[in-house]
Amino acid sequence: MDLLRVDDQLTDEERLVRDTARRYAADRIEPHVADWFEEGVFPAAELAPELGELGFLGMHLSGYGCPGAGAVAYGVACRELEAADSGLRSFVSVQGSLAMSAIHKYGSEEQKQEWLPRMAAGRAIGCFGLTEPDHGSDPANMRTHAKREGSDWILNGSKMWITNGSIADVAVVWARTDDGVRGFLVPRGTPGFTTRDVHKKLSLRASVTSELSLDDVRLPEDATLPGVRGLRGPLGCLSEARYGIIWGAIGAGRSCYETAVEYARTREQFGRPIGGFQLTQEKLAWMEVALGQAGLVALHIGRLKEAGKVTPQQVSFGKLANVRAALDIARQARSVLGANGVTLEYPVIRHMTNLESVLTYEGTQEVHTLVLGEAITGLSAYR
Amino acid sequence: MNIVVCVKQVPDTATERKLRSDDKTLDREAADGVINELDEYAVEEALTIKEAHGGEVTVLTMGPEKASESIRKALAMGADKAVHLSDEALHGSDALSTSYALAQVLKKIGFDIVLLGSESTDARTGMLAAMLSERLGVPQVTLANKVEIDGSSLKAQRLTDYGFDRVEASLPAVVSVVEKINEPRYPSFKGIMAAKKKPVEKLAVADAEIDAAKVGLAGASTEVVDFADAPPREKGQIVKDEGDGGVKVAEFLASKKFI
Repeated sequence: MDLLRVDDQLTDEERLVRDTARRYAADRIEPHVADWFEEGVFPAAELAPELGELGFLGMHLSGYGCPGAGAVAYGVACRELEAADSGLRSFVSVQGSLAMSAIHKYGSEEQKQEWLPRMAAGRAIGCFGLTEPDHGSDPANMRTHAKREGSDWILNGSKMWITNGSIADVAVVWARTDDGVRGFLVPRGTPGFTTRDVHKKLSLRASVTSELSLDDVRLPEDATLPGVRGLRGPLGCLSEARYGIIWGAIGAGRSCYETAVEYARTREQFGRPIGGFQLTQEKLAWMEVALGQAGLVALHIGRLKEAGKVTPQQVSFGKLANVRAALDIARQARSVLGANGVTLEYPVIRHMTNLESVLTYEGTQEVHTLVLGEAITGLSAYR
Repeated sequence: MNIVVCVKQVPDTATERKLRSDDKTLDREAADGVINELDEYAVEEALTIKEAHGGEVTVLTMGPEKASESIRKALAMGADKAVHLSDEALHGSDALSTSYALAQVLKKIGFDIVLLGSESTDARTGMLAAMLSERLGVPQVTLANKVEIDGSSLKAQRLTDYGFDRVEASLPAVVSVVEKINEPRYPSFKGIMAAKKKPVEKLAVADAEIDAAKVGLAGASTEVVDFADAPPREKGQIVKDEGDGGVKVAEFLASKKFI
């Protein structure tokens, strides 16, 4: 079902991207992802080269082996990946929109040549260290710092909730310096740089989440990203990744909706399919409307982005609206499935718990609400 | 090696397909168009041959403007260029007149090997390869599940009900393929981005010296006289196992002469 037929507005090229992403997810991810989720693993070494070969990694970047796709094509790919699992889309977002995009935007030519082609091919994995144990929504007060020692830098501090942390070949780490916040490329194995995975998660289980520890990590001057000073560096990357979430959330919601529709048509109670009952129809109709609206929001913001006109407030609008919609759809779908909705036999509860992370990361719902509040009133509630 | 792949755009088998009531041709507006699935295997085989022997892969499509979507997909998979034969005069062509029109284009553009799927998912005549080879005066190798090029000839395995035949043919030749031949690649995003820069030559009937009187509804040798919806599937019979389930199932199968 897709009453509004939003996808009819896609170009031929965007539809081909959609079809490739959908087929890849159906062939390689969907048959296994419930097991990965249950076991708490993400087979990055196996999947990254495949994702690289097809062009998912750094998809919207140009040059250095990246496909240079448009914003809507990139969004559609995020949507189809997240329809399989938010963990998969998170991997691709962090690799492309955060780690690669930081190097692409702010790196030196040598840094770009060294890392981007390998990262685009999935032969090197990146992570992005901004959030800290005590500073999530408030990165301006980060504790991680870098001090000069001769021509070198010495980094100390820790980063938390870092997707791909322990599997990364290179970490983009943001640290406070005398000269404002700066970005550093920290290769795996640098003395003093260690990682520890977060276990006991009930969300994004098919995704690696780590803590990064920096204990007197010595880096040369050419490890810094020369192109940016201040928080606008990491925030510029986050806006890219948030954009992908606007689309990705629709994928997770759509998967829940489709599961609920199929279930409602075939599950019989009181001698007839539960889809024939008004209470179920109300849920399904609500989900259809929510998905159609989310699809229009994503496409509109995507076209604005392609025209170079999108604002951070519009991206906040999209992230706030679409993740909330997807989570509500997942919860409604879960109730349509009754007890079956709580098992991993169906994708619904997996999406639902995943979306709890998506709701929080890349700017919490609360922060995006306050961004809109400030845009509306001209008054900042948090600064 | 000059490799031409004939690709047809067909209505998506996942959507509801209809015929038009006015001229009994396919209602192309009613369903999403997709590349005929078996033709994707032909594209893959063409790309494999090119990778091994060099040359160029040309996609040839006859169809309305909308068929450019299927051309785009074949180019995104890696084909080098395309020829799109599109003309209002071709509307309603049957298999025989389609083979005539395509043969005219193939004579014009030249080829060492023509590849195509063994049938389309819409009309399902499965005759085009044979008709093309006859019109072009070259060998036909149909239902191939393996193709090897050896200089100026090819060796193929031809799928049959009892196994397969090993056949050889001199080039140029027309080869139709079955899905066992390979696993079509996904178009990569780089391939998709590159596809829009690849040349697509648009031809009308006059450009390919096609006699308009021999194609389209008027030029067709066959006619759709009437059509009706398939009857709805009958509800299946449910056997409840009350200790005698096995016997009941066996009786059912025997009544249908399965056992």
